[in-house]
Amino acid sequence: MRNCRDITLLISKELDNESTLAERFAVGLHVLMCSRCKNFQTQSTFISKAAHRFTEHLGEEIEKK
Amino acid sequence: MTKNIAEQRMSEQVLAEHRPVLFRYALLQLRDHELADDAVQETLLAAWQAASNFEGKASLRSWLIGILKHKIADHWRRSVREVVTPELDQIDADNGAVDEDDFFTSNGEWHSGPSAWNDPEAALKQQEFWIIYETCQNNLPPQMAKVFMLRELVGLKADEVCRETGLSTANYWVTMHRARLRLRECLEIRWFNNSKSIKESHHA
Ligand SMILES: [Zn+2]
Repeated sequence: MRNCRDITLLISKELDNESTLAERFAVGLHVLMCSRCKNFQTQSTFISKAAHRFTEHLGEEIEKK
Repeated sequence: MTKNIAEQRMSEQVLAEHRPVLFRYALLQLRDHELADDAVQETLLAAWQAASNFEGKASLRSWLIGILKHKIADHWRRSVREVVTPELDQIDADNGAVDEDDFFTSNGEWHSGPSAWNDPEAALKQQEFWIIYETCQNNLPPQMAKVFMLRELVGLKADEVCRETGLSTANYWVTMHRARLRLRECLEIRWFNNSKSIKESHHA
């Protein structure tokens, strides 16, 4: 059985499209039962999006100066 | 000039495809649109002129980033301005030694796990959120911040980040994992839980 530490590492890999089918399956199964890891998954996806937006935001801020 | 026209057109087009990535890289370091644009411009020109020196041993992108770094370094040498960004180039010994123990028990269970966030999308529209975001990002240890920024902000692929930083693939995953854990926790404490507790105290 994989624990939450292992699962969050797999979630991180999955975000970069580097996990195997078996790993994605393990993650999918785990997050059905574990709300903390489920939150980690949603929030890490959000952070990726925010990071991407941050460069745009930075560009706008610099423009204003 | 030994290059023929077909070769030139090919390389100009190919070089232009790397422009957005190079620009984000330069912007993060220089924090100035014009300067970043100039540095990228100079890089592409230098690359185009030296195209025959490119031997295809490294990927084109790493080669271009190598040139860009020189242009940025030139800029800092000429400039008296203070560096306001964490130096992307400054690789220090891995002081990310503080590891997952901060987040997990020895059995790999969460210490205090992620709680649900209220409307994260709305945060993206708020000026204050970006200040918190930047603070959290700057709080990462330098090497970790570099890896995270190259991947998520500059948009390099995992293997390109490894080449840039000299990390092994396994270390790369561990580093990204830790960066996400830290950022997540920081945002939760400073933004999501914080605004919630303010609301709750109003009700009290
Ligand atoms: Zn879990």
